[in-house]
Amino acid sequence: MIKRIAAAIVGIGVAGGVGFLAYAWYPAIAPVAPPPPSSFTAAQIEHGRVLAAGGYCAECHTRTDGKRGIELAGDYKMDTPFGAIFSSNITPDPETGIGRWSEAAFKRAMRKGISRDGTQLFPAFPFDHFTHMTDQDIDDVYAFLMTRQPIHSVKRDNTVGFPFNIRLEQAGWKLLFLHEGPLKNDTTHDAEWNRGAYLAEGLSHCSACHTPRNAMGAEKSSAPYDGAPVDNWIAPPLNEHNPTPVVWTEDEFFKYLRFGSAPLHGSAAGPMSPVVHGGLSEMPESDVHAIAHYLAEIDHASSRVSQDPKAIAWAMSASMKDLVGPQTNPNARLYAGACAACHANAGPQPVEGRPDLALNNALWLDEPTNLFQVILRGIGTTEGISTVSMPSFYHSFSDADLARLAAYLRATRTTLPPWTDLEKKAAEVRKTLPASPVASSH
Amino acid sequence: MTTFRLNGRDVTVDVPDDTPLLWVIRDEVGLTGTKFGCGIGMCGACTIHIGGRATRSCVTPVSAAEGADITTIEGVDPEGNHPVQQAWRDIQVPQCGYCQSGQIMQAISLLKDYPSPTDEEIDAVMAGSLCRCMTYIRIREAIKKAAANARGDSSNG
Repeated sequence: MIKRIAAAIVGIGVAGGVGFLAYAWYPAIAPVAPPPPSSFTAAQIEHGRVLAAGGYCAECHTRTDGKRGIELAGDYKMDTPFGAIFSSNITPDPETGIGRWSEAAFKRAMRKGISRDGTQLFPAFPFDHFTHMTDQDIDDVYAFLMTRQPIHSVKRDNTVGFPFNIRLEQAGWKLLFLHEGPLKNDTTHDAEWNRGAYLAEGLSHCSACHTPRNAMGAEKSSAPYDGAPVDNWIAPPLNEHNPTPVVWTEDEFFKYLRFGSAPLHGSAAGPMSPVVHGGLSEMPESDVHAIAHYLAEIDHASSRVSQDPKAIAWAMSASMKDLVGPQTNPNARLYAGACAACHANAGPQPVEGRPDLALNNALWLDEPTNLFQVILRGIGTTEGISTVSMPSFYHSFSDADLARLAAYLRATRTTLPPWTDLEKKAAEVRKTLPASPVASSH
Repeated sequence: MTTFRLNGRDVTVDVPDDTPLLWVIRDEVGLTGTKFGCGIGMCGACTIHIGGRATRSCVTPVSAAEGADITTIEGVDPEGNHPVQQAWRDIQVPQCGYCQSGQIMQAISLLKDYPSPTDEEIDAVMAGSLCRCMTYIRIREAIKKAAANARGDSSNG
């Protein structure tokens, strides 16, 4: 009897395994001769260019460590909990790029995360979002990519260790986490919301950074847009858990995503800079409005916005704290000397281009990561508001200085509990910079 | 290579990306009105305008100014007659004068944001601009005079 049960279990196991293999196995799609540019219309290529910008293709398919690589030629290093993954060359080079990929092969990669040769792609490539794109949009991105200059460039090998380097496992991942195919039109919402959902969930894959991931590297469906660490920064929550005192309204989202700065929240910096200045700035304004419209529903802005005037009034009074008259508190003096010339606001509203820290995202997040990043790096003209800059205080402040500045600001410009281990965290953030952004003046 | 506009003129410089903007302005372009003070963005002597906003040039890497519109003390008025400069002369603000170009650049920026600044607003915005000669009383007076002149107000504020 026991033998029979064991045999049955083994039988089921084998059958399951065979079934899984059948599910996981994909054939290679035959290579094609690279399609000539004449096979695409100019309008299609241009639309593909805009989509490729809005999907940030070049951000993850261009090497940035060491000598900067050629755009779209791949080899961008992504550090994941499973090891480093190097992105592939998506220029139409026949040997090292996607020159021999047919449109069908490209579409399968975008929809299912399968390479032309049938191997499973890692979900570092956000096919779990691109799968939601329409056929037409995927075709147009293909048209754009296939008409770029072919670049012969071989990427470095991934360092993903056993057992995660077994690509077949990705099929199991997909079984659990991939919801394949275009999004259904949600008739309970208007056309702008649906357009916003299409862009945010598909092409522009907002939640890839703004939703925390589980142990298997998939976005947690239980915590959508709850915020997550990314590339040594924090991608803040985009839902109602965002801790800033003023609500992210549609207007604030729009200004931030279109121009790099939301007057009542702060500037796009770090990994968010290219999203705005390299990506969404190329999209039609109506599309950025649609994303803002969609996100403002995710954080229930309209039901919370009535408290904003009170929050702004509070922030304006906090902004001027300790800046008048003689100060004996060394932390207040550090702030007055280094920061207040640009950041203090007397009200009743913050002055444009004078980002108020009592309203700023970086100060209200659970960790000081983004605050330290911005103080150490500064913000150049390719980030935030594109016409102004913030200096780098890398050489100005020791880790101890950063710690006391952060503690002081958190205590005086927010109503939240203090941050902990600040000096250690400042040192950790400093270590993530390859070098000081500015040479010492001395 | 970094390109920006400096006092209305296109400038391209071939220096390492991390070169302090102050060095570029003084040594590459040769405009020495902007001064080196502390070198860590804590004294205000090197203040210039980037996109019209007061910025400490000693800790701003030149790469962060790509495409920017920069103004130094030499560029605020062709004759040196910006209302703030006039008020500075009328009140005889400077003593040794070293910090004054930075003070004036910060004051111009202050008046853009707060055209009739209160003492509190002057304190908050000007606190990062140090003067070793302690001319603070006259700086405050000149800022108020410049504001009054801009309003067409004949009093000294």
